[in-house]
Amino acid sequence: MKVSVQREDFDLSAEVKALSKKDTSIGAVASFVGIVREVAMMLEHYPQMTESSIKRIVEEAQSRWQVMDCTVIHRYGELKPSDQIVLVAVASAHRGDAFAACEFIMDYLKTRAPFWKKEHRPEGARWVEARAADDDAAERWAGKGR
Amino acid sequence: MKVKLLFFAGLREQLGTAAEEIELPAGVNTVAALRLHLKSRGEAYEKAFSEKALVRTAVNQDMVQPGARIKAGDEVAFFPPVTGG
Repeated sequence: MKVSVQREDFDLSAEVKALSKKDTSIGAVASFVGIVREVAMMLEHYPQMTESSIKRIVEEAQSRWQVMDCTVIHRYGELKPSDQIVLVAVASAHRGDAFAACEFIMDYLKTRAPFWKKEHRPEGARWVEARAADDDAAERWAGKGR
Repeated sequence: MKVKLLFFAGLREQLGTAAEEIELPAGVNTVAALRLHLKSRGEAYEKAFSEKALVRTAVNQDMVQPGARIKAGDEVAFFPPVTGG
């Protein structure tokens, strides 16, 4: 498992390649990349907690699906529209587990990893409010899995 | 007992502080009691920790519910609902 919380950008293709080469029984890598939409922003996080909370989410996914390896990268600091924010890539033997685990990790990350977005809007900077839809997305995994 | 408090994002700006160590009065040994205690520290705190304010808590980097115990030396972080990803 690779978890990184960093200012720097990441290279999707290099990360997926590294994951797929780890084990010859890997038959699928599902990946998700989150992108900054429309407004520049600053992403704050809780450094001592961020990595450990993401690792716990990945472990939870590993207990539900066959996850052979996983890479999660989340950026912080100043980001512009179209910048990459987050990468979740999950390697498994088959696509079903890879897709499900990837979506689960994203949904949990949205509601449990300590990041906060502050948008730089023309009328002034504004903290983004949490969306109930994100809580609902995480809730629907309750009791699901293999 | 002494604990370390951390505040993040909008809450940090609202209170004008990111981190501090405080001595807690006897009997303040749960997250709920600590929030009540912080509310008594003036207008900014009263507003930040009001009933309708959405404040999440982590004790020693673990998200917890208001009933969670706190002990001497703990790191207690308060923050708004998270908005990463």
